[in-house]
Amino acid sequence: MNFAPFAAAAWLFVIGLYGVVSSQHLVRTVLSLTVVQSSTYLVLLGVGYRLGGKAPIVADIPTKAKLVDPVVQVLVLTDVVIEATVLALLLALVIQAHKRFGSVDPADLRLLRN
Amino acid sequence: MSRRVRLLLFACGGPGLLAVLLIGLHGLPAFGDFHGAYGLVVDHVEPGQRRATDIVTALNFDLRAFDTLGEEFILFASVSGVALLLRHLRDEDEEVESSRSVADHRFAGASDALRVLSLVLIPLLVSLGVYLALHGALTPGGGFQAGVVLAAGPLAILLAGRYLALKRVAPEWMLEAGDAAGATAYALIGLGGLIFAAVYLKNFLPLGTSGHLLSAGMMPLNSIAVGLEVAGAFLLTWTEFLDQDLLVTREEL
Amino acid sequence: MTALQAAALIVVVVAGTAIVFVPDPLRQTLVLSMFGLALTLLFFVFQAPDVALSELVVGSVGMPVIILAALRKIATHTAIREEEERKEGGE
Repeated sequence: MNFAPFAAAAWLFVIGLYGVVSSQHLVRTVLSLTVVQSSTYLVLLGVGYRLGGKAPIVADIPTKAKLVDPVVQVLVLTDVVIEATVLALLLALVIQAHKRFGSVDPADLRLLRN
Repeated sequence: MSRRVRLLLFACGGPGLLAVLLIGLHGLPAFGDFHGAYGLVVDHVEPGQRRATDIVTALNFDLRAFDTLGEEFILFASVSGVALLLRHLRDEDEEVESSRSVADHRFAGASDALRVLSLVLIPLLVSLGVYLALHGALTPGGGFQAGVVLAAGPLAILLAGRYLALKRVAPEWMLEAGDAAGATAYALIGLGGLIFAAVYLKNFLPLGTSGHLLSAGMMPLNSIAVGLEVAGAFLLTWTEFLDQDLLVTREEL
Repeated sequence: MTALQAAALIVVVVAGTAIVFVPDPLRQTLVLSMFGLALTLLFFVFQAPDVALSELVVGSVGMPVIILAALRKIATHTAIREEEERKEGGE
């Protein structure tokens, strides 16, 4: 039972990778990448959790209380916001690829020749 | 590489990857059994030293402020990439379709209930965003959360079916200026640390008492700068993508 | 590991698997929205409210708006291309 978050993260990683590999539409590839990203969030937060720990906000609990690790939360927090913009960049590339090659099937993309 | 070859490769490698991942993750300490030294020391030390009650925001904007500088410039770079790609595309499209008329930009079917709801949502979201930015050091919140909530406010105008009104409320030059101003302000506040405390991004403003609004030194300022940048970045991304659809449309086929 | 955490984990895994196996990109976007909501709940019960706040907005509004706009643009371009091919075929 103590291994469950890490097992879930490994499963999400592999299933997201399967989505990337088997997709026939570039937007599906990008969405499966989201699943792969969230597996990393699970691993990070799973590492930092302490049994019986509270959220690292000492506004209303005594400062000596047992708290979960705040450092991994910093990593995941900035990651969530930034990956959204990186995925926007990927989707802009997908639109550009569709304009250039006329299809969104990854098998139809060729090398750029001009 | 055709789909069948890809699937074949994945069938060979995928289960092996899953096995290796599970074995590797077994090496981590059990869930709930965290003994990293850095996190525990920060939990112990931070409320006395920096007087901020939200330890995550304190880490983000003070103890590890340099990492946040890097992260916000990643954000800036990817939004610049999106703007570059999509504006180039839009210029090409406008050459090709200059003879076509621009259709009406209302979403047919934005019912009155939706419009009233978004009218109520806009001030709520904007005030929530400002609250999160200012109180980042005291309660859950901070620059990044405030930025995305603040950006969702004007987006509710889009929900009401008035995309052109959104363009008037948040024109492109203003979004770009806000984005750049936020990024620059963060770097400049760091310079203040360099000037007044001899270390870049060191907390040089008075720390005050914990729990009060004007406490924790430069953390609220940093929060506001990052919030401005994130809000500008998200709104810019959204308007770039929506411009692609709604301003360059075609006549009836 | 409390019951709430276990339940949230199960919902996240089911939603993540569903994203990969739903056939249509449009429906995938809606499942992505639900996945974001499930992740928010999971982050909250893992005692990380700051992370939950940012994931809430990004997952429910941030990403789906961009994806829907991109899908619509691709559909428009496909329609324009087909119209032009039809015109050239007719000439």
